[in-house]
Amino acid sequence: MDRSSLPDLVCPAGSLPALKAAVDNGADAVYLGFKNDTNARNFAGLNFDEKSMVEGIRYAHDKGCEILMAINTFPQAGRVDDWRNAVDTAAGFGVDAIILADVGLLDYASKRHPNQRLHLSVQGSATSYEAINFAHREFGVRRAVLPRVLTLAQVEHVIKNTPVEIEVFGFGSLCVMNEGRCWLSSYACGESPNTVGACSPAKYVKWDKQPGQMETRLNGILIDRFADNEPAGYPTLCKGRFEVQGETYYALEEPTSLNVLEILPEIIKIGVKAIKVEGRQRSPAYVTQVTRTLRAALDALTNERERYHVKPNWQAELSKVSEGNQATLGAYNRPWR
Amino acid sequence: MNQGFTIPKFQLPGFVARLGHKLPQWPHAVALTTALNAAVKMKLLPEDSLAAFDGKTFLVQVLDTGGQAAFTYRGGFFRPLWNPVGAPDLAFRANLSAFLQVASRQEDPDTLFFNRELSIEGDTELGLIVKNMLDAIELPQLPKFPLSLPFGQR
Ligand code: SF4
Repeated sequence: MDRSSLPDLVCPAGSLPALKAAVDNGADAVYLGFKNDTNARNFAGLNFDEKSMVEGIRYAHDKGCEILMAINTFPQAGRVDDWRNAVDTAAGFGVDAIILADVGLLDYASKRHPNQRLHLSVQGSATSYEAINFAHREFGVRRAVLPRVLTLAQVEHVIKNTPVEIEVFGFGSLCVMNEGRCWLSSYACGESPNTVGACSPAKYVKWDKQPGQMETRLNGILIDRFADNEPAGYPTLCKGRFEVQGETYYALEEPTSLNVLEILPEIIKIGVKAIKVEGRQRSPAYVTQVTRTLRAALDALTNERERYHVKPNWQAELSKVSEGNQATLGAYNRPWR
Repeated sequence: MNQGFTIPKFQLPGFVARLGHKLPQWPHAVALTTALNAAVKMKLLPEDSLAAFDGKTFLVQVLDTGGQAAFTYRGGFFRPLWNPVGAPDLAFRANLSAFLQVASRQEDPDTLFFNRELSIEGDTELGLIVKNMLDAIELPQLPKFPLSLPFGQR
């Protein structure tokens, strides 16, 4: 396989140093967002203002790397213009694609900027080729990011039935596989990814250290309790331990990261066009580690002389940065549909 | 980024911390606030983050050296706190190796937090602002020098 037939490696950046780390370590594209609630990683101090964005775009383009702008939350009542302005600004900056979730915004972007390449965000929650083809027909969407709910066979079925490029997740923290539709955070604190661009916003989170253990609370609700030597996870409801019928356990999901190294050849064989890394909220160190590992794995596939096998140091590097210190293949290999 | 050396995970022997506790703590706070003020002066720290720090108290504690620095940010300057009263608004606690790994961008704070090597207590949002502010600073290219430490590696 030559390098041009490999899928694009799409990496996250929440800051200029993270963007540079992605570019320097072999990303084909970097995705980012503005410093506001038009994107789903709206965390204090994270993301790009105009100055850093202009510099970031220049840095990436100089090195042949694409910039994808995530405007992937849903416009809130009375403030639709904020989201439209974000689309106009991104288009004006000359980004390579805008990643959108909201149908109204897709309609706006496709009419206002007919030459701008548009991607359908994972938050758009399109899991069938019918939904993806609809976005293609109505808004000219060129790529769709699949929610992490499909098996590999289902991903293949989608790819066979759509002209739209398919991007899948390759590494990162997992949600409870209900992309774009989860309101658990709103249940606890009135705010969730689709409304304010953040799950479990930090202002509601309390880490409470006590002798021998740490308690995590979201708006006062006890989410989990960790012993001193136990790995911790993000303070989201889906990853909490709750008492159900007298038993306390991870009732929804255990803190885990998705890691597709093992099935990389299959992912490529079925025609996936891009592989995405989660984690715009993480540091440049994470972006460096994950980007260079996935780059090495992808490049290894171009080596005709050697059969692909997952190197132990790739796994070690990725499991170190994983949430919950464990990795799964997620839905890709589950037996049920 | 600094491929020239890696900082191993290490822990200083217990007596260092016991000794460290006995030393005056203000030199740490003075050193840290001087560095932070230099960063402010060089406009390395964004205004919106600094605005969120106003009047807040911070504690950085290095567990295995027993060193700690208490300081606040007021009127455009970071200032050491000589006699901090009550719990700080935000406290970072870790061994020296973890702080060095974060400072040199070798490890991601979230990774260390998940692994329980870095503890963050107090105002979580303030902690996030600090973390993201440090991440966003454009570091000058660090010199590449071999660093060998006399401690057992992992
Ligand atoms: S609660 Fe969990 S599943 Fe829901 S948005 Fe947050 S991280 Fe995702």
